[in-house]
Amino acid sequence: METILLQGRGDFAEWRAAARNLLSRRIAPDEVVWSTIDAGSLFAPTPAAPVTAGPAALVPKTFVDLAETVICHTEPGRFALLYRVLLRLQTERALLGIPADADIAALHRLEKSVRRDCHKMTAFVRFREVPEAEPAARRRFVAWFEPDHFILPRIAPFFARRFADMDWMILTPKGSIGFADGNVTLSDEPTRKPALDDPADQLWLTYYASIFNPARLKVRAMQSEMPKKYWKNLPEAALIPSLIAEAPARVAAMAAQQMQAPPAFHARLQQRRQEDAPPPPVGGLAGLRQEAAGCTRCALHCQATQTVFGEGPERAAIMIVGEQPGDQEDLAGRPFVGPAGQVFDTVAAEVGLDRAAAYVTNAVKHFKFEPRGKRRIHQKPDAGEIQACRWWLTRELDLVSPRLVVAMGKTALFALTGKDGRLADQRGRIMDWQAGRSLLVTVHPSYLLRLPDRRQQAEETARFRDDLALARRWREDAAG
Amino acid sequence: MSKSLKERLAILSDAAKYDASCASSGTTRRHSAGKAGLGSTEGSGICHAYAPDGRCISLLKILLTNFCIYDCAYCINRSSSNVERARFTPEEVVWLTLEFYRRNYIEGLFLSSGIIRSSDHTMEEMVRVVRSLRVDHNFRGYIHLKTIPEASPKLIEEAGLYADRLSINVELPSDSSLAVLAPEKKPAGIRRAMADLRLHIDGAAERTLQTKRRKRFAPAGQSTQMIIGADETNDAAILGASARMYGSYGLRRVYYSAFSPIPDASQKLPPMRPPLQREHRLYQADWLYRFYGFSVEEVTASRPDGMLDLALDPKLAWALAHRGQFPLDVNRAERPMLLRVPGLGVKAVDAIIASRRHGRLRLEDLARLRVPLRKAKAFLIAEGWQPARLTDDANLAALIQPPAQQLSLF
Repeated sequence: METILLQGRGDFAEWRAAARNLLSRRIAPDEVVWSTIDAGSLFAPTPAAPVTAGPAALVPKTFVDLAETVICHTEPGRFALLYRVLLRLQTERALLGIPADADIAALHRLEKSVRRDCHKMTAFVRFREVPEAEPAARRRFVAWFEPDHFILPRIAPFFARRFADMDWMILTPKGSIGFADGNVTLSDEPTRKPALDDPADQLWLTYYASIFNPARLKVRAMQSEMPKKYWKNLPEAALIPSLIAEAPARVAAMAAQQMQAPPAFHARLQQRRQEDAPPPPVGGLAGLRQEAAGCTRCALHCQATQTVFGEGPERAAIMIVGEQPGDQEDLAGRPFVGPAGQVFDTVAAEVGLDRAAAYVTNAVKHFKFEPRGKRRIHQKPDAGEIQACRWWLTRELDLVSPRLVVAMGKTALFALTGKDGRLADQRGRIMDWQAGRSLLVTVHPSYLLRLPDRRQQAEETARFRDDLALARRWREDAAG
Repeated sequence: MSKSLKERLAILSDAAKYDASCASSGTTRRHSAGKAGLGSTEGSGICHAYAPDGRCISLLKILLTNFCIYDCAYCINRSSSNVERARFTPEEVVWLTLEFYRRNYIEGLFLSSGIIRSSDHTMEEMVRVVRSLRVDHNFRGYIHLKTIPEASPKLIEEAGLYADRLSINVELPSDSSLAVLAPEKKPAGIRRAMADLRLHIDGAAERTLQTKRRKRFAPAGQSTQMIIGADETNDAAILGASARMYGSYGLRRVYYSAFSPIPDASQKLPPMRPPLQREHRLYQADWLYRFYGFSVEEVTASRPDGMLDLALDPKLAWALAHRGQFPLDVNRAERPMLLRVPGLGVKAVDAIIASRRHGRLRLEDLARLRVPLRKAKAFLIAEGWQPARLTDDANLAALIQPPAQQLSLF
């Protein structure tokens, strides 16, 4: 039997030296007694001969991280447990990947407890300002905290990163952290609770009492996150009993309170609102756009972000009609700015069709979709929605009065003509439509994006290009 | 102004407490070591205290002022309320934030405000506070700024530059409820503002062409809040509205806030407040939608009225309604199905999958992974364990549920 005597105050290197030594001699875990020097005991055993470090052993990096954390725990069995796992790792390479293994589960339990202790320390340390006789370059603060484990070296960098422009001390029964002029000093000498008084605590207590909602008392939820053992060092915790005790009476008083007459300024505000003249009506396309922004002709308006109205010159020779706005159009409030719009822009530019000179709009002005996690899945508008939105499309046609209308896709074709025929039958030629107005039918650019086959995509894009080129030629001919 | 800072702090934090959000996580990592100024963010948030209402206190959550020209029935600060009014100067908010932060009371600031004069004026005042914190004081703690939907784009741009998170509350799950209870609020305007934030946030995720650097805009994203129980909307519609907003605006969180009695309450409000348990169930269902692969329809199908069962958690309710799909073999079942087992969380499922590669799992192994066996074992087959027709038992729910749940304290 071999006895290893350690300081055991969270120093990983100390345990590692001993463990390497034991490992190099293949000492079995049950032949080692791990013991710590009790700093407070007068009868501390005389330190054994210093442990000579053995050669480094190969272990996964995750084991080192885990061991560095677990070593901070106060559980006396941690050294033996770590050594046992170290030894098992020599033959069981995948051991750390088995969370259900009893040793690994035990390590994780200790690790979690150390992490929680660290986290609670970052949360519950309360700095109090040390009054200075004369103003100093750096303000000074002191805190008292009682951690469960030996975590000060682990947690000191957090406080140094955060409270960099002040000097401070955190005193604990397990040592202290000092920070002055940007330098951290650590000590594992136990310290005693200092006298703490800071007038700012009064403001904090005011805040704590006021942010509490007496109508929703959930004392157990509070205590699971802020256990009572921390209360003695939290200034605000002194308020908890009275806040709980007075809550029912406060709620009852609220309920009993009679409705009072509104304050005077409420009447003035209401008056002013009524006097606010409605905005003067705007005519033309701008007026129509304004009107459409408040459209509630079908249910889609509650779900989509906004009406995506047409865009382009008031008197455009060509009007391009798509299906409905997509995700990007819905967010931006502009037609044809998403992926399909980019396909359209590219192809139109290739054939020399000037988008800015055309009026671009959709058959349906609100985006219809189905939410799927973080995305929205496009849904085809139904006949009722197309019908409801035809109201706007017809008025756009009247105002813009284009001589050629390009219908992209079946929805646009149906919205414009009321006919549900096959796209292929009518596609790719300039047809006489209404008096003095022609119609060109083609596919919707999103159809090109959906084609899975590269070659087919290229072929269909070429046909789409031909269709747009037809529109451009028509425009040139019309311009004479 | 005759009220002391302390008195105004009491009024303006009391006025802010109905906003449930207190997250301080998910932003970029920052620190002050070797630099002028103060503060850090570490990825995960820190709750510095808990109030007896069970809510965490992570941020200094206050209003710049509780004067408001709006008259939203559910709000303590509505113009027709006789609540005591106060305002801070921007400098006072800056001072309070820094002094609270130095004492490690808080992670940062959550600033909101009643609407005074105009949207732009109010937003401008709030931006002044955060600009001063970031620029004059090199404050690197967390900042959550409530955004006024109608504020000008320039102000929103600047708010996003300084704040970690921006939020706009939709307040109510349907446009029609908003029209009744908050007549001055425009649901379409709120949606447009959230869309605009999303475009800014997405844009900031891409590196700019010239400098290859990312523009800073609200790195902790945006969130919103819905008040539950102030109108008639059922849980299915509420969760549907959340799903739409998660999909549309990339929200980090939708907060549900059970409508809480307020002093000098409006007559338009229901006399009964909803049980707090309803809020809890909505959060559970929201989690199932986002992390467990459930659709809103699946979670809300168990009751004809579209409400979640207050007595059963929604995952258990679903499992009981789909007993035919259980028990599942813990040593073979696929991840998506394991996630549907009551009692198994994402971490436990991943630990099960990692562990079972190395040997067949028994109930003891699951216990070591901290799986609550009382709840889960009726739905699982493990090495040496077969539930004895438990899933056929009509009283299964009673066997699994802890006895007599406290729904509400009053």
